[in-house]
Amino acid sequence: MRCKRCTEPAIIEIRRHRTSFCSECFLHHCREQVRRAIDKHRMIAPDERVLVAISGGKDSLALWDILLDLDYEADGVYLGLGIDDYSKRSQSFAERYADTRGAKLHIVDIPAEHGFGIPDAARATKRVPCSACGLSKRHLLNRAAIDGGYDVLATGHNLDDEAAVLFGNVLQWHVDYLARQRPMLPATDGFARRVKPLIRMGEREMAAYCVVKRIDYIVEECPMAAGNRHLRYKEVLNQIEERTPGAKATFYLQFLNEMLPHLDQVAAEERSMVGACSRCGAPSSQEICAFCKLVEKVG
Amino acid sequence: MHLHNPKRDVEVSGPLRVNDLVSQLGLSREAVLVIRGDSLVTGDAKLDDHDDIEIRPVISGGAQPRSARGARP
Ligand code: SF4
Ligand SMILES: [Zn+2]
Ligand SMILES: [Zn+2]
Repeated sequence: MRCKRCTEPAIIEIRRHRTSFCSECFLHHCREQVRRAIDKHRMIAPDERVLVAISGGKDSLALWDILLDLDYEADGVYLGLGIDDYSKRSQSFAERYADTRGAKLHIVDIPAEHGFGIPDAARATKRVPCSACGLSKRHLLNRAAIDGGYDVLATGHNLDDEAAVLFGNVLQWHVDYLARQRPMLPATDGFARRVKPLIRMGEREMAAYCVVKRIDYIVEECPMAAGNRHLRYKEVLNQIEERTPGAKATFYLQFLNEMLPHLDQVAAEERSMVGACSRCGAPSSQEICAFCKLVEKVG
Repeated sequence: MHLHNPKRDVEVSGPLRVNDLVSQLGLSREAVLVIRGDSLVTGDAKLDDHDDIEIRPVISGGAQPRSARGARP
């Protein structure tokens, strides 16, 4: 198989684009897709400072790499979740990348700063670890962006992640979640702008990007992820994709084009309900925000 | 050929096309990358007996829990 762009031998086939690329042209393709997403959804202006949420996995490290290659001023932030060995190992991948690239990485360690890890939080709340983890990430990453004076917080959610979340939200018709499943959430009082520049990139392409660029990342799964709902949705979507290449991209990207504009009102109403947490001042629709409640329960 | 991934090691005899190998293993093409030595190979590439092959899973389950009401993600 040959590269469709330059006819060198291909290293990857992207069935949904009916194309194949050599290493060089593949990297070019990745940067172009990210640039397109950034432009179309007005994610980042050229002179803005970006904080990239880094997990040590393929998506976040590749995103950081692409943003740096596109000449953005992008620093990273790694959130230590206190998931024993897994957290230690993923942190070392994040640090190693920052070192080789000479990039700046902030470390926020939940156990050191708040006295608990995600497994403790799951036990105390009697809910799945991902639930405490998700709300902690939202809170602490936003705080890191605001405190660091960054214009925008970027996360490595890719097309497969977004399609799986969309699938879940549609299965249950969670209209309010659908309304805020946006690639760019504008800054509001106390919230930094949040963007997902990888929405046009499949998960497989992100892993391939890291192989081609020789970026070492943590391949193994978070031990808390086993059996989670989104993994099942991804499997189902991939079965459809096997038979109909492009199905995932159509499902998600057409949602953005055709459906989201109808949900602007719902999103605006929700935003208007948000006040400030009486303990930490973070934006919250309740008197005490979800993170402060979690700290109280685990502490 | 020698196959490995983070969880196990197997020997398979070649020659074999990448796509056939992936379907023999019962995997989805969308869910893995096939790496020979240290380079990616496409589905039509033919693998030989002496090749060292990594089958790398690409699906991560990093959950995106639905956010609590009002706690905008
Ligand atoms: S799988 Fe769940 S617990 Fe693990 S990092 Fe992702 S959200 Fe957190
Ligand atoms: Zn090429
Ligand atoms: Zn609070």
